[in-house]
Amino acid sequence: MNFQTEQFRLKVGLAEMLKGGVIMDVVTADQARVAEQAGAAAVMALERVPADIRKEGGVARMSQIRVIRDIMSAVSIPVMAKVRIGHFTEARILEVLGVDYIDESEVLTPADEEHHIDKHDYKVPFVCGARNLGEALRRIAEGAAMIRTKGEAGSGNIVEAVRHIRTIVKEMKQLTVLGKEELVHEAKNLQAPLELVQYVAANGKLPVPNFSAGGIATPADAALVMQLGAEAVFVGSGIFKSSDPEKRAKAIVKAATYYRDPAKLLEASEELGEAMPGLEISKLESSELLQTRGW
Amino acid sequence: MSKSQPHSRKPNIGVLALQGDFEAHRSALERAGADAVEVRTAADLDSIDGLVIPGGESTTMLKLLEEENLFEPLRRFGERRPVFGTCAGAILLAKEVLNPRQPSLSLMDLTIERNAYGRQIDSRIAQIEMDGQPAEAVFIRAPVIRRVGAHAKVLAEYQNAPVLVEQGKHLAATFHPELSPQGHVHERFVSKVRDCTV
Repeated sequence: MNFQTEQFRLKVGLAEMLKGGVIMDVVTADQARVAEQAGAAAVMALERVPADIRKEGGVARMSQIRVIRDIMSAVSIPVMAKVRIGHFTEARILEVLGVDYIDESEVLTPADEEHHIDKHDYKVPFVCGARNLGEALRRIAEGAAMIRTKGEAGSGNIVEAVRHIRTIVKEMKQLTVLGKEELVHEAKNLQAPLELVQYVAANGKLPVPNFSAGGIATPADAALVMQLGAEAVFVGSGIFKSSDPEKRAKAIVKAATYYRDPAKLLEASEELGEAMPGLEISKLESSELLQTRGW
Repeated sequence: MSKSQPHSRKPNIGVLALQGDFEAHRSALERAGADAVEVRTAADLDSIDGLVIPGGESTTMLKLLEEENLFEPLRRFGERRPVFGTCAGAILLAKEVLNPRQPSLSLMDLTIERNAYGRQIDSRIAQIEMDGQPAEAVFIRAPVIRRVGAHAKVLAEYQNAPVLVEQGKHLAATFHPELSPQGHVHERFVSKVRDCTV
């Protein structure tokens, strides 16, 4: 697989520009402006944040175009939007609309239980979720130019995002000490293309940026996943489901920059008001888990 | 360059690491023969000979510069030492920013328009000419320099607009040399920092 095509380099290039930043879920143009004012590096335009999708149920689809358009004209930062896993026509529509990144997301109801989108075929870049290295490499093989941990969206609970980033980082480290013939066997175990396994073994990291999502609700959560190896964070329900979104948004932006500086993290954590209510993952039915969508 | 310069040491160049592709700049600077360190506080500026402001979102960097009281220390640093900005970094260096108007460090006499080629779908890798040689330029949601002051020198153009500009010790690119294998632009900046250190 050739990562050096101009198109793929441009897709990864935009992901590079988002590093150290916070990508915030927004459902209206007003929220998008609040996010931009607080220092968001990008916004994710959607109809309902994951916490509401979880509560209200039903089929969650690509957002109404009007909502995305309003958000695109409200802010100067990149605008992302979500499509259902495998829904390649929703993706074509967003590509023509001109969004800057598409999230093929488990937060929406999957359109295809076997196939993800062939993302190489698009000019617009894609980000996909992953819970482990094999899943991340399969998505990259399909053309994803950015990976994010799935975590458990809308839960306000960081435990799954931590599990996923730790798993991916550990699996990458393990590859770096293996011999050539062992990598062939690992490619089989990971169910991922050998050449991507070889790339990770040689470089100790993914060939695309590796971000974190799914359960980040506080500045400390953001700093935690970044110290564990995430290069930027997505915050879904965590901001606009809290008692003071503007303040919390700013605080999480600060935490993503100063994630290794405890004094700055203390400043970011002062007087934030109430975080979003959280869910205990073990109390969720397995059918309520979003992270198991996609493979 | 002679092998044994008695007092030469590697220049120590900071990369503003508030947000953006600071990691790519660190590797490009190291390939160009400098030591590179991440800069996040005013105190970090004390130990460096020059500074790179990377690509990323200029609005995000601006908010953090203001919140963390880094705006003035950075401007004062730029009065003494070389600064190199790419894309968002070039926007922060300019005197005047359009689309929308926003504050900037005003270290270079340029007028620059944000996102002037369009959205990500309009991002491109173009061939330009630098020092009489063909070179590639990676444009990502790039700005366009609309006006260049009398003391600024245009080093490269694309579609009749300046894309690499030098003014005294400072350098600004609307593209991302840190994302290309060729190291010319970083080498140029490292040698500017060296000249300023001697």
